[in-house]
Amino acid sequence: MSGFRMLLHKEILRFWKVMLQTVAAPVLTALLYLLIFSHVLEAHVEVYPGVGYSAFLMPGLIMMSVLQNAFANSSSSLIQSKITGNIVFVLLPPFSHLEFLLAYLLAAMARGLLVGLGVAAVGLLFTDLPLAHPAWLLAYALSASAVFGCIGIFAGIWADKFDHLAGVQNFVIMPLTFLSGVFYSIHSLPPFWQAVSHLNPVFYMIDGFRYGFFGVSDVSPWLGMAIVLPSAALLTLAAWLLLRSGYKLRH
Amino acid sequence: MPAAIRARGLEKRFKSVHALRGIDLDIEQGEFFALLGPNGAGKTTFISILAGLTRATAGRAEVMGHDVARDYREARRQLGVVPQELVFDPFFTVRESLCFQSGYFGLRRNDAWIDELLLHLGLADKADTNMRRLSGGMKRRVLVAQALVHRPPVIVLDEPTAGVDVELRQSLWAFVRRLNREGHTILLTTHYLEEAEALCERVAMLKEGRVVALDRTADLLGAAGERRLELKLAPARLPASLEGRLVACSGDRYCLALPDYAELESILATLRQADVTVEEMALTQADLEDVFVRVMREAGG
Repeated sequence: MSGFRMLLHKEILRFWKVMLQTVAAPVLTALLYLLIFSHVLEAHVEVYPGVGYSAFLMPGLIMMSVLQNAFANSSSSLIQSKITGNIVFVLLPPFSHLEFLLAYLLAAMARGLLVGLGVAAVGLLFTDLPLAHPAWLLAYALSASAVFGCIGIFAGIWADKFDHLAGVQNFVIMPLTFLSGVFYSIHSLPPFWQAVSHLNPVFYMIDGFRYGFFGVSDVSPWLGMAIVLPSAALLTLAAWLLLRSGYKLRH
Repeated sequence: MPAAIRARGLEKRFKSVHALRGIDLDIEQGEFFALLGPNGAGKTTFISILAGLTRATAGRAEVMGHDVARDYREARRQLGVVPQELVFDPFFTVRESLCFQSGYFGLRRNDAWIDELLLHLGLADKADTNMRRLSGGMKRRVLVAQALVHRPPVIVLDEPTAGVDVELRQSLWAFVRRLNREGHTILLTTHYLEEAEALCERVAMLKEGRVVALDRTADLLGAAGERRLELKLAPARLPASLEGRLVACSGDRYCLALPDYAELESILATLRQADVTVEEMALTQADLEDVFVRVMREAGG
């Protein structure tokens, strides 16, 4: 057996043991968004014909939770280990760079997907959701969580303190996810902001994910996947190169 | 048989510091070796390069014949490092920490050895305690266990006894000595020179990134000079025939050179004949600390 499985196991156990903060809390946050926004907007907004606002909101909320938690897992695991110094425990063993990368990445994806499932399960108590194309759902959930898991690895390696990480969280991750059409269809935006939204990769993740539920979306799911999947692949490659360079970890 | 540790022209430059300026060093398998030097001499940098925690700027290093950069996976399998900082993972218990570390090296079903480590390091009753709840000394023991969990032939201890109480220090050294007897190579850095003197067969001294002394401990001590005999005499007067030996004197205290123990008898006889009483007597010998201070002074800089 290689050490990879043990590192993955450890990374999953790390968030599993503190599930209240790492899984239950983000599910509750998403639930609050769902309850409040649908209470305010249910009667006023119908984005797609026949789709109520709370149903419309659900896929975006699920995907947003997946992304934010995939990012949070890899970034916080790395920064905590760096700051407490226990990162030596994973730097001393004979992991290949790929094993190291995949363990952190898959654990990040696992937490993202787990939170996503939690949000879906709780959300379904309040609203019904069709399931038009499950394969698209899965494809988007996996590739999008990989993108944010990788971003979390970059941020976790780059950051020297928690403030740096909070900066990335507040000034990059939050705006990207909030301005991606989680709460609205970008067709409701003025043309300029529609164009800007098309530059946001998260828009394609949310939109394609929504297509998996409703079979309707703002752009073709193929176009979205043609952007998200190569992004995931490129970022994974970049993360591998970063680890191989020893940047900050083996300075 | 490859050397346990071999360094050739090893250099490390940080932005503003030239931490290692060309280290050449061979540590043979089975040795108990001390790496000594003041803070900032490069000891920890040297160890970090061996462990792959930092990369050399020039030169190369090998562990059991495996290059630490090119063949890093094999080199790391051969090496167990007890880091200087008291680090731990607060999410897990002692046993979990050890199982993870074991698994990272590809070892499963390693429980028998883990139990043995727990027993020998006095951790058996703490196995299921969370790392956070352990005292500093206990955390230090876990670090030692973590370094040994994959039974590495080469063990590096980076100041393992800093801030550690007497009992742990003694049990730790007993255990490390046993590992050495069983064939493990031990590389130790410490500021407690009496520990190095008692434990290590060979010593290297580093200063400002260079090896300034490298020899068997016994030879370093032997070369450091002679034994001394310190006496308090009444009346305070030294017979003329002993004046040749006088090294220092203050009041009624005299310090005489004593190259050979056999001469002690005749010195005491001379004093007796001169009706001088010895009120206090002590034998002193240069220790590693004296050698260290002298080497560091002579190395200049």
